[in-house]
This record gives sequence, C-alpha cells and structure tokens, in this order.
Amino acid sequence: MKCLIFLVLLWVNTVYAIDAKQFTDQKQQADYESLTSELRCLVCQNQTIADSNAELAADLRRQVYEMLQQGQTREKIIAFMTARYGDFVLYKPPFKIKTSVLWLGPIVFLSIGLLMVFWLIRTKAQKKVEDEQEHGHQEKLVKIRRLLNEEEERS
Amino acid sequence: MVKFLIPLVLFIIMAIFLAMGLHLNPSEIPSPLLNKQAPAFTAPKLLAPTETLSPADLKGKVWLFNVWASWCVSCRAEHSVLNQLAQQPNIMVVGLNYKDNPEDARGWLTALGNPYAVSITDQEGRVGLDWGVYGVPETFVIDKKGIIRHKHTGPVTVQDVENVLQPLVAQLQAEAE
Repeated sequence: MKCLIFLVLLWVNTVYAIDAKQFTDQKQQADYESLTSELRCLVCQNQTIADSNAELAADLRRQVYEMLQQGQTREKIIAFMTARYGDFVLYKPPFKIKTSVLWLGPIVFLSIGLLMVFWLIRTKAQKKVEDEQEHGHQEKLVKIRRLLNEEEERS
Repeated sequence: MVKFLIPLVLFIIMAIFLAMGLHLNPSEIPSPLLNKQAPAFTAPKLLAPTETLSPADLKGKVWLFNVWASWCVSCRAEHSVLNQLAQQPNIMVVGLNYKDNPEDARGWLTALGNPYAVSITDQEGRVGLDWGVYGVPETFVIDKKGIIRHKHTGPVTVQDVENVLQPLVAQLQAEAE
C-alpha cells in the first residue's frame, strides 16, 4: 500500500511539475529546455524557471516559448531577460569586475589549500630528517660514554 | 607568533563577510531599469476599460507606479499608507493591477479606498514582466522625463514615505522637464 502511494506521488510530481511546451523544431525544443534550466526564478531563488511552479516562472517560460516561436536567438532572449531582471536572473553570471570574486574565489581558495598542503608536507619531511639526525647523534653519544666508562674501569 | 596570527586574520575576514551577509536582503534584487527610460506599454484602465494609458501620457509629471493585486496580502498592509500618501498635493500614484481579476480589483478599491489617480490592468503580467516585477507590491518613482529613479520592493511603510518617497518626489518636482 505504502509503495503504491509512493508511486502515485511520483507520478503526480512528473505530471504537474512543468507545463511541457512542445516545439515542432528539434533545435528550438533543445534551446527551450536549456534556457529554462539556466534562468533563475526570482521568487523562489534557488530554482530555475523550468523547476519552479511560481506564477512568475510560468510567465517567464511563456516569454521564452513565444520568443523562440518568433525565431529569436538564445542571445536575444538572455539579453531580454537581463535587461529586465539583471544578471541575477542568470544561473551562470557573466565575468565582470563585480562578479570576479564569484568566479576567481574558488581558484584562489584551491591554490591556498594546495600551498598549505605542500608547506605542511615539506615541514613534516624536514622535521623527520632532523629527528633522524638527532637520533643518530644520541646513539653516538651513548657509545662514546660507554667506551669512556670501559676505559676508566680498565685503568 | 605568525602561527597564531593566521587563524586570527582568517577568522576576522570570515566574520566580516558573515556580518555583511546578515545585513543583505536576498529577496531585494537590484533593478537594471534604474535610471533608464520607463518601459512603454498601452494598457486598459481598470475603472474605464475602453480607455488606455501609456507612460508617454504622463510626460512632464512625477509619478509613482505601484504594482498591486487584490490577492496580495502585503498590498492590504500597504494600502492605508498609499491612501494617506495620495492625499498629499502633487503626489500622483498610478496603479498596475497585476495578474488580477478586474472585478475583484474594483471591489477592493470600493471597499478599501482608491489611492490611485488611475489604475491599469495587466491580467497576463506582461507589463509587469517588462518592468522587471517579480513580487507584489513594488513601487517605482518616475521623473518628468519618464525615467525610473527609484524602485521599492515590498510594502511601503510610513517610514519609507517620510524618509524616501516624499523627499525624492519633492526633489524630482524641482527638476526641469
């Protein structure tokens, strides 16, 4: 029974999630699908307009659909959206001075991390060599003492 | 010494970023339309559906463009503030009745008072889309040249009127056409 309910819920999800738009042209269909999954729904900010059920997302989907039907290009549609909602509407923001931290931040953090790892490995390795040297030194000292003691005892 | 300084500096940097994050409002998205020409439209008036209005008709006037709907709960909270604001001389509020049923909208204005010099209907949300509306209510301030000078997201409060809207409108009134 539980399994059945689960299956029904799964089905409901797929049926009502998105109002699927059909194109006769394959390329337009592909463009529609990629565009709607790249544009952000501004009401529910962590969803794309393809995922969201918000009214605004439906309006934006309709807009994308109509513009594609009119034969407009991807670039034109993206320009249309950013002119109204700003770069925020894009899940993949363009590289600008304002967004440089966003783009370069991960690289900077990764290099800091790598540098730290190298530095740690090097200091650890150096310490090991020093420890060994110290250890060898100690052994020699013990041997010298023993020899000296033996000498004293003999005399 | 350096050993202790590095984590301290890292902590301070993180604390600064987190503190900044606390004061940001992620639902407030800066509008790219600011300081640009108001998007054109020709839309039917709510109370006189045979007549239309477009921003060009309002050239030479400073006006507020308030996006509202009868289904919008925050608009109800905002409405009394707008009613008061509309009573001030030389303030003109134009309403955009967004994705609403005109019958419900007219009923709302009769019941709660009408602060709008004129309201236009946008049942499909197309005017709203051109204006970058993503939530209701929103309020724009448009100057005499038809340029958007300010955008307010969310309900307008008495403080917003006194501290932002009124001084701005006064300043824009003084500007030349």
